[in-house]
Amino acid sequence: MASSNDLDIVNVTKRFGSHAAVEDVSFSVAPGEFFSILGPSGCGKTTLMRMIAGFEHPTSGDIRIRDRSMIGVPANRRPVNMVFQSLALFPMMSVGENVAYGMTCRGVGRAEADERAARMLERVGLNGFGHRQVTALSGGQRQRVAIARCLVLEPTLVLLDEPLGALDLKLREHMKIELKQLQGTFNTTFAYITHDQSEALVMSDRIAVMNGGRFEQIGSPRDLYHNPGTPFVASFVGETNRWRGAVSGAADRGLSVRLSSGVLAQGRGDAKTGDALCFVRPEAIALAAEAGALQILPNRFEGRVSAVLFDGANSSLLINAAGFDEPIRAVLPQAGPLAGITVGAPIHVGWTADAMKVFAA
Amino acid sequence: MTSARRLTLFLMMAPAILWLGLLIVLPHVEILILSFSERVAPRVYQFGFGNYLEFFTEPLYWRTFARTAIMSILVTAITLLLAFPIALYIARVARGRVKAMLLLLCLLPFWVSELVRTLGWMMLLRETGLISYLLRATGLATQPVELLYNDGAVILGLVYGGLLFMIVPLANALESLDPSVVEAGYDLGGSRATVLRRIVIPHAMPGIVAGSIIVFMLTVGNFATPVLLGGKNGLWFTEQIYAQFITRFNWPQGAAFGMLLLLLSSAIVWAGLRLTGQGLGTTLRQA
Ligand SMILES: Nc1ncnc2c1ncn2[C@@H]1O[C@H](COP(=O)(O)OP(=O)(O)O)[C@@H](O)[C@H]1O
Ligand SMILES: [Mg+2]
Repeated sequence: MASSNDLDIVNVTKRFGSHAAVEDVSFSVAPGEFFSILGPSGCGKTTLMRMIAGFEHPTSGDIRIRDRSMIGVPANRRPVNMVFQSLALFPMMSVGENVAYGMTCRGVGRAEADERAARMLERVGLNGFGHRQVTALSGGQRQRVAIARCLVLEPTLVLLDEPLGALDLKLREHMKIELKQLQGTFNTTFAYITHDQSEALVMSDRIAVMNGGRFEQIGSPRDLYHNPGTPFVASFVGETNRWRGAVSGAADRGLSVRLSSGVLAQGRGDAKTGDALCFVRPEAIALAAEAGALQILPNRFEGRVSAVLFDGANSSLLINAAGFDEPIRAVLPQAGPLAGITVGAPIHVGWTADAMKVFAA
Repeated sequence: MTSARRLTLFLMMAPAILWLGLLIVLPHVEILILSFSERVAPRVYQFGFGNYLEFFTEPLYWRTFARTAIMSILVTAITLLLAFPIALYIARVARGRVKAMLLLLCLLPFWVSELVRTLGWMMLLRETGLISYLLRATGLATQPVELLYNDGAVILGLVYGGLLFMIVPLANALESLDPSVVEAGYDLGGSRATVLRRIVIPHAMPGIVAGSIIVFMLTVGNFATPVLLGGKNGLWFTEQIYAQFITRFNWPQGAAFGMLLLLLSSAIVWAGLRLTGQGLGTTLRQA
């Protein structure tokens, strides 16, 4: 079967001894797509990347790039280039030589390689940096050299292994946007791995959430955020409230869940009976000073503010309410009437049944 | 600085200063002075360049000198070629106990003195030795083979003696190379040869230069190995110095030869550093 994808991973498994670092993973990346693999540290992301790049060999399964199997193709013959976690710039070469290196490996003449390297540096905003030593660059500049070094080879696929991990927060926010723009202007397919859900959400066309060597779910950022398929995805992607309970039966619209100390709540999910985990996004929780304002919501509770977490536009409240094993976290709009609320104040909270995802525990 | 602290500093420095002064500077100054005293009559000496002139006018002397220099460079090059893959293996492939074992294995020959080590080679290489016996036993030779007393034997012995001093700085330098830098070299399309030439060797350069300087100096100044393994064909410059001092009892001539040897080592080390663009500081740190 011919595939129009840039990358097809087919049932790939990688074992180190008896430990499966990557287990039966399949996915495809379409041309021009920004595809992210998101997962906690140690879940097998780097191992998966290294198999695509050719530094590890799958125990079983197939890796196909533009429909050509890469099994047995050495790393230096694959049409993929990698931006390493440590960037791995060549410290013995100048910035220009770093970028020209790949071209000279392919037999491009010295003069032409230098010229193309200079043009590429210009495109990533490093005009005139060709003669600098890589050690004399700032974090963000080194980042750009590492990416320029790959893009200049016009690979089918660029692999990026947590390239922003070493940067400070401010620069990371900036580089997120810059990376996305670079990917757009070069129209190159990116496979990006990260443990930072915000990086994945901001940049990706599609995200695969990985846990313990397996893929939990693949979908668009919106899709993963609003319709998580597993409890892991629900808690790993974005902020969320998480409570334990037990399914007590089907209600008129979805499920009815009895939380640990007896309170009933309405939600949606596939769990039919038994222990359950309930997830509600903090921004889906409506706040009101009086119970009347929340009359239309099926889930309504009363509590007291236990903490105000001020963080500008991301400010939130922690609310202690009877029947919940964890405090309820709710976004506190800084433009609303409750902006000035203080610890200890009584408050009413509520949410729709659609906002509460219920999974079997 | 208080005077007490200055005193402490002085006391701490004293052994080093004594070491440098008594063992290195003083004898060399003495040798330098001695080398300029000419014998004009028995027991009568005067200042002059005669000892140095003698070196240039007597072909045996300067030929031995040139031969020592060229052979030493050759030995250094062979040692480097042999040591590089070993160091690469120790630094990048071997792990944990295997690595420690390999380094120990390199060190093992140095537990016996140089003399005994060289005598060991003589046992193996002589006409009635093991290798000659094996060659006859396997039918590769019909008569006893003398493997001693030629340049090959001298080079073999010197390379063997220098190997460790090349491996250690090389392995040190290679160990500090980030594995992902090597992988990036392949990832961007480099072949093994390209990665070696453009990434591994440039990175190891300080180690290469440090090891080469050490091995070169040890080789140039070696005495026992060329004498024992080369016999009268050894023709090492240190033998000439020995002969002047001990056999001929012509100390000023021996002193002049000593100064020339020092000059030779310094010149070649300097040329080596210039050629590879390395500083003495970075090189010493690597060694
Ligand atoms: N070469 C290896 N040998 C043995 N185990 C390995 C090797 N590489 C990775 N692992 C193991 O595989 C798992 C996944 O590692 P990795 O892919 O680096 O995770 P991530 O990049 O998601 O943090 C880890 O438990 C790690 O210890
Ligand atoms: Mg990783």
